[in-house]
Amino acid sequence: MTREREVVVLGAGMHPWGKWGRNFVEYGITAAQAALADAGLDWRDIQYVAGADTIRNGYPGFVAGATFAQALGWTGARVSSSYAACASGSQAIANARANILAGLVDVALVVGADAAPKGFFAPVGGDRPDDPDWVRFHVLGATNPTYFGLYARRRIDLYGATVEDFAKVKVKNAKNGLHNPNARYKKAFTLEDVAASPVVADPLRLMDICATSDGAAAVVLCSKEFAAKRTTNPVRISAVSTVTPTFPSAVIEMPDIATDSSAAVQPNDLSFRASLAHAAYEEAGLGPEDLSLAEVYDLSTALELDWIEDLAICGRGEAEKLLRDGATEVTGRIPVNASGGLGSFGEAVPAQAIAQVCELTWQLRGQAGARQVANAKVGITANQGLFGHGSSIIVTR
Amino acid sequence: MKDHKPVVPGWFTTDDEDFRLLGTRCTACGTVFFPRQDTFCKNPACAGTEFEELKLSGRGTVWSYTNAGYRPPAPYVSDPDVEWVPFTIVAVQLAEEGMIVLGQAEPGITVDDLTVGAEVEIVPGVLYETEDQVFTTWKFKPTGASA
Repeated sequence: MTREREVVVLGAGMHPWGKWGRNFVEYGITAAQAALADAGLDWRDIQYVAGADTIRNGYPGFVAGATFAQALGWTGARVSSSYAACASGSQAIANARANILAGLVDVALVVGADAAPKGFFAPVGGDRPDDPDWVRFHVLGATNPTYFGLYARRRIDLYGATVEDFAKVKVKNAKNGLHNPNARYKKAFTLEDVAASPVVADPLRLMDICATSDGAAAVVLCSKEFAAKRTTNPVRISAVSTVTPTFPSAVIEMPDIATDSSAAVQPNDLSFRASLAHAAYEEAGLGPEDLSLAEVYDLSTALELDWIEDLAICGRGEAEKLLRDGATEVTGRIPVNASGGLGSFGEAVPAQAIAQVCELTWQLRGQAGARQVANAKVGITANQGLFGHGSSIIVTR
Repeated sequence: MKDHKPVVPGWFTTDDEDFRLLGTRCTACGTVFFPRQDTFCKNPACAGTEFEELKLSGRGTVWSYTNAGYRPPAPYVSDPDVEWVPFTIVAVQLAEEGMIVLGQAEPGITVDDLTVGAEVEIVPGVLYETEDQVFTTWKFKPTGASA
């Protein structure tokens, strides 16, 4: 992609992750106001509001864009609301970006917020045998960690990973999260702490699996022309990949109980997760060798290792070596989850992909404090959710 | 004796002698579907709308496996008054169909009994019982062979 199709991240803001017991709208407004203040803008300057939906907070959650716009005070701004599971935040960013690049608006606010239940995510209520999300719980008792456990076990049986490798990811991300004021868990963990936690989905233990959290994140996006009057060295979004899988999708994914069949058509060489990053690299005209850091969706510790390979930072089965060598530490060659990742945040579904972009924005501006990655110029995000949703965003400076 | 009822009708045979998962095959392109597909083909290059039922392979190889260390939430059915015993979940690769299918392992099979690549067979099993009904399902069981 050429430079003229970039948009600028003018402001970033978050509400700290936690279990605060309040309405998601409150969190979203706090994050939105922080992003507006960071951008040096007034709410009334915003021409378009893109909300990322939450499905666990009733009707206001399904129309998040309008909910936030109304809470901030109706101004006549246009709105959209997106639901794309864990990629909802990226879809909202994609909507705002498309409107800016089409010249329809100059400046947009993107907000995602959630108030999450405790424990396992469960499907929406009622008997629905036609809904794969209902079927996998009812017929198999397959929770989200079931799938994380399946992927983790393959790393052990195929690549010689150990449960200690997985625990090392937790130790690293917990150390990074200590320095992040928006992280939920600011506590150092040892390998022994992880090993002492109960098994949730063998080989993964409780400390290997991310919690569910309340939290909110927001960004102000604008055209380069709009930004030029306000900043001389802007952080830019150079790619937003929200591609879907290609048929036949050969990896078992939430919430399915079977993959597509490759009896008639051979699967693509790139897995779905790898194709998300591939499309982002293509769009930005960059490659893994250009990255300063990566924020990936560590729903489990082992999944962070899968993502490192999906981003083509190393070959299949080589991520453990990068980890063991310290390459993915904040001080390493390719820091992964300098924010502390989901391990330190817990997942606030519609906010999480936006939070990844906030982190990259602060890192690229040199505002990340004790977790700052030296000389950060290019960052990538990656996430995946249910039903063929995923995203990868490249941010540059 | 309690009445036996498949947890989802039409997803597997009710014949214990030759127990199999039931899928469908697109008559136009040959793509296999489980759970069954009866209306339109999901192959983007195929406009097929006709499907024939078929029995899926009775054996496959372990793609991966895990267990449920905690009681899954509803709609999984379990008695909260009974102490939780983890069950094992297996992802099984079916070579002929070119697909991976999930299922619970037979009771008593733990993750220590499995490795990636080992052969398993599909067997009938019980998912849960109510006062007057037994809800049946499919389970996987190692054959002892490595594929």
